[in-house]
Amino acid sequence: MRLARGHVLIGINDEALLSGARDVEAALRSALRDQGLADEIEVIETGDLGATGQGVVLSVYPDGVQYAGVGTEDIEEIVTEHLLKGRPVERLRLAARPTTPTGLTGKQPRIVLENCGVIDPESLEEAIASGAYEAMAKIVESGMSPGQVIEEVKQSGLRGRGGAGFPTGLKWSFTAPGERKYIVCNADEGEPGTFKDRLILEGDPHRLVEGMMLAGYAVGASKGYLYIRGEYQLSIERMQAAIDAAREAGLLGEGILGSDFAFDIEIKKGAGAYVCGEETSLIESIEGKRGYPRLKPPYPGAVGLWARPTVVNNVETLANVPPIVRNGASWFRGFGTEGCPGTKVYTILGHVAHPGLIEVEMGTSLRTIIDEYGGGVADDKAFKAALIGGAAGAFVCADCLDKPMDFDGLQELSAVLGSGAILVLNEEASIVEVLDGVLAFFQHESCGQCAPCRAGTVALKRIMKRVRAGDGRTGDLDRLVAIAKAMQAASLCPLGQSPILPIESALAHFRPEFEARIA
Amino acid sequence: MRRLLEKYAPSMEHVLDMLHDLQQAEPRNYLSREALRAVAEYVNIPLSEVVSTATFYSMYSLTPRGRHIIRICESPPCQLVGAESLIDLLAKHLEIGVGETTDDGTFTLETTSCLGVCGVAPAMMIDEELVGNLTAARVVDAIEAVRRRDAAG
Repeated sequence: MRLARGHVLIGINDEALLSGARDVEAALRSALRDQGLADEIEVIETGDLGATGQGVVLSVYPDGVQYAGVGTEDIEEIVTEHLLKGRPVERLRLAARPTTPTGLTGKQPRIVLENCGVIDPESLEEAIASGAYEAMAKIVESGMSPGQVIEEVKQSGLRGRGGAGFPTGLKWSFTAPGERKYIVCNADEGEPGTFKDRLILEGDPHRLVEGMMLAGYAVGASKGYLYIRGEYQLSIERMQAAIDAAREAGLLGEGILGSDFAFDIEIKKGAGAYVCGEETSLIESIEGKRGYPRLKPPYPGAVGLWARPTVVNNVETLANVPPIVRNGASWFRGFGTEGCPGTKVYTILGHVAHPGLIEVEMGTSLRTIIDEYGGGVADDKAFKAALIGGAAGAFVCADCLDKPMDFDGLQELSAVLGSGAILVLNEEASIVEVLDGVLAFFQHESCGQCAPCRAGTVALKRIMKRVRAGDGRTGDLDRLVAIAKAMQAASLCPLGQSPILPIESALAHFRPEFEARIA
Repeated sequence: MRRLLEKYAPSMEHVLDMLHDLQQAEPRNYLSREALRAVAEYVNIPLSEVVSTATFYSMYSLTPRGRHIIRICESPPCQLVGAESLIDLLAKHLEIGVGETTDDGTFTLETTSCLGVCGVAPAMMIDEELVGNLTAARVVDAIEAVRRRDAAG
């Protein structure tokens, strides 16, 4: 890399693009040329800079100044005032975000998003300079066996970040023996309010390539499929570019880093079906069929893609694996809680001052997340509730604000961590309307294969519609619970088993709001 | 069509990719009976299997749609900040209901589950382009911008 006096990072993602990031970048480059700064200041495209809803965001280094909502008309001032004369343009500066080390143990907790927004996601060289493929190199150099890799991941206590929180090392160790096995990375991110995986795919694609590769090495698979939802066009392009670059450099294919390990990755593009986030539906979809979930057992670890042993892991899970292998299990256990080591990437949305993406240690309380990262509830309103985990999640109220959040802590509150989406609702929000939206979602996304879910989601929505309209009938609230309970017991996959969570939690905390709409 | 299909090995696992490509090549944004049959013949599977796959996923349509597809998000994060009234506004502005196509064949209005851009909610996609931080004015502007682009050829 050429040495420059300073760097301007421009975050390129879907949101920035629609705010005109390309025009801003062109204006910036041309202004730097005009001022004779083109050799001194380097402009780098990166993934998300962790500030969503802020338009085009620029970070100026070494100063560490972040600008938000930048338009082409602001460029001249930034270049002449800040880059030439060293005086940051105060009116564009992003409202201060926490810069001090945070989290339970006071350590800087970025593990998964370490490189997102820092490196150019389209540059293999920058990824390598930031530690990409070091874990694979360590394995080859030290002669670490696949069994030792599984053991390291087991010891780390890493649990699946797709929602269920199943221990990753254990899942890998359950993979049946066989000649041909597959790694499948689940990037079919569809839980409402969730976009953490998109920002990993867009911001640090080589991290995921290496994560899949390490999983492949651990379980003895030489082929990986990366299933990305069809709506994530930029993610698909960035990942394809990273896979091609890695293959070109000999980091994918035969004889990786001089070993006799071979691994390659193929991207599969989804076509709009929430249920395909369920691992067996996803497998059916890769096979080119309707995304109907399969009966379990057998689990994919025994009978998966084309009936071969298959490991399905979420994007965030796999993004944790390279640093674990690189730094060791005990390093990873230095973050988070005893039962859930490491960090969690959350999307924080709704009525907060700064909606966006954050990574905090497992065990961080909801209050800390909302106040320190989300900038508090917007417009000085009071907190009413949060829907955690998307549609398949649960409502929590103010009582839960100070409880440690991890897979186990939330379970004690009859809630779930799920996908890590946190939808914050202020005092004016209507829980009735939000629940109606959630039930509309389930009705729309039920795949129709099994009757309890197919008929149940329709019935739930029908009852909810009249409750919302103020025409609820006596017994409707109990009816919602009874139907959702039957679905939980009898549905084939988590989609039909989930509506009980938002329904029961909404009624537990806010029943009077619903009763007021019963005629 | 054959040329598009031959990018892929004739195997079931590429059916979704083939359907994506054929739909995109069709100006009316849908999978015609001929397209479905071409996939079936190329992969050598019954037509019913291709139709079974194509009808499962919300991104495919088996009936002709407008040249531009508007997909507005109706999931809770967008709903919370006013998506429902924007859907009504879109329908009124375009003089069609959700799922329908304008008489001139320009727009089809669809609702979608979460697009994963909740940081700029409420949000919609017009074809591949995302439009976020929607307000009544921005919705109408975005529609009219597409109309102007089309008129300019």
